[in-house]
Amino acid sequence: MSATTASWSSVREPGAPTGGRGNRDKPKKWGNPATYFVALLFIAVCIAPVLYIVVGGFRTNSQITTSPAGLPRPWVTGNYLNVLSSNTFWGEFANSTIVALASTIGIVVLGLMVSFVIARYDFKLKGAMYSLFAAGLMFPLVIAITPLYIMIKDLGLVDSLFGVIVPQIAFGLPTTVIILVPFLRAIPKEIEEAAAIDGASRLGFFFRMVLPLSGPGVVTVGILAFIGSWNNYVLPLYILDSQANFTLPLGVQAFSSQYSEDTAKVLAFTSLAMLPALIFFSVFEKRIVGGLTGAVKG
Amino acid sequence: MRLEIAVLSGPPIIMFVAFVIFPVALAAYYGFYRWHGYGAPTDWVGLNNYKLILTDPAFQQVLWHNFLIMVLSLVIQGPLAIVLALLLNQKIRGRSVIRVLIFVPFIISEVIVGTGWSLMLQSNGALNGLLHNTGLDFMRADWLANPKLALWTLMGIITWKYIGFAVILMLAGLQSIPEELFEAAAIDGASYWQIQRRITLPLLGPTVRIWGLLSIIGSLQLFDLVYIIWGQYISGTAGTSTMAIYMVGQGRNAGNYGYGSAVAVVMFLVSLVVAVIYQRFVLRRDLRGAVTQGVS
Repeated sequence: MSATTASWSSVREPGAPTGGRGNRDKPKKWGNPATYFVALLFIAVCIAPVLYIVVGGFRTNSQITTSPAGLPRPWVTGNYLNVLSSNTFWGEFANSTIVALASTIGIVVLGLMVSFVIARYDFKLKGAMYSLFAAGLMFPLVIAITPLYIMIKDLGLVDSLFGVIVPQIAFGLPTTVIILVPFLRAIPKEIEEAAAIDGASRLGFFFRMVLPLSGPGVVTVGILAFIGSWNNYVLPLYILDSQANFTLPLGVQAFSSQYSEDTAKVLAFTSLAMLPALIFFSVFEKRIVGGLTGAVKG
Repeated sequence: MRLEIAVLSGPPIIMFVAFVIFPVALAAYYGFYRWHGYGAPTDWVGLNNYKLILTDPAFQQVLWHNFLIMVLSLVIQGPLAIVLALLLNQKIRGRSVIRVLIFVPFIISEVIVGTGWSLMLQSNGALNGLLHNTGLDFMRADWLANPKLALWTLMGIITWKYIGFAVILMLAGLQSIPEELFEAAAIDGASYWQIQRRITLPLLGPTVRIWGLLSIIGSLQLFDLVYIIWGQYISGTAGTSTMAIYMVGQGRNAGNYGYGSAVAVVMFLVSLVVAVIYQRFVLRRDLRGAVTQGVS
């Protein structure tokens, strides 16, 4: 997602992505039924497995064994209640939340700082600075994970949430810089001059004008950071050892191997673990899909 | 002003260099040692790790799997995403709802996708149950363990998980094509298919090519899904293991951090070479040095 935005943004020098909708988005008539058929089929394929996980949590194991693809008959809530009343789930939920919030804040704050410099200051190393972060897109976490683990171990941060948060912030910066720089550049020079005439320093300009004006970009970047952190698996897998520190992805994995005989419970745990990201997404979907569309549209 | 630049850009740059660039450099250093992760590495083995990696039939196998996954992802998802995007770009009702729903698999974490699918694909799982219920018993199969099938199962899951992202990207690309072009072509008497072939597809080119790069990099780094569904050992026998699986298995899980680092370096070089070739021959027109001189 990031790289796309990246290359497009830089090629097309877009204004701030607005995700605005053109006239084309307003359908005037119903159109071809075949189109709806294919669209519905596509949606069904996308959603059915997710529904299976959620609905499967309402069945018992014997129901699942006798009819693997059936519906709950009767619906049982025991699996969900069981998970919801367990300390394991809520502990992992809290860990995931802490890590995601801290990472998001770190990524947004540091990302804004450096993006502001790249976008609004004129100096020799500006291009190099941008390239440094753009090149970061080519360094995925998986490749750096082995030495990163050693580093975190030497810093004494193994098996602590902090040891996940810090690298996650660092790895979130490239995407952020690449999305934010065009945003910040799009703020008209006149506003900055007007602020200067009114006696605001460049830093004052940053806090009074840039922060409010770059709101949409910041939100997009923040959402991406949050969901990325919520779903991250490799880093916690290496860094976190004890179950008390697990985030939800590790928790799901541990739970499903611990209760491998109890499919219904695993399904309930799994669907509860994905719920926050889904809720988050459905609340902000316009920002994500729209922001992406806006970024590519230029 | 210099002070402002330093204060604002110092912390992010230090953070980024320390935890992103430096580890990759460290990997190159550790890769020359036989080392189990305790104390400083002392047992210098030169290029021996690399020799072992490149001659290990297991590594050649995972490299081949990565290559297959890369090519199949492009071949399966690319055309499918273009067709679906063309379809969904028509003036139909409920377009925004459709966009959200097809994006859902992309939002859910790989761990959850993997856990869910591995339950559904067990030999007594939901998919075989569904095939039984619909009278398609002859199609029932051991989707995960059968080595002839497992890679295709993986491709199915990958397609399911990432096609929504591709479609959204293509839709965004389609929206950036000025509508006047279609109107002009229609006035000139072009048919729907002529318009798609002569106008839409060429203008969608840049989007498709960028998506291709993302897909390629993703394929070469593939780890989570395979590790969750097949695990380190079964992925070997089922024929779905990837370079990253090999790296984690031979490196961390075996306690050979020097060797694991060397595998990481090889992975990085493979990705780099592929990306550079792709940029050079496919993206040349689109980028024009965007990554290196995006700010000017």
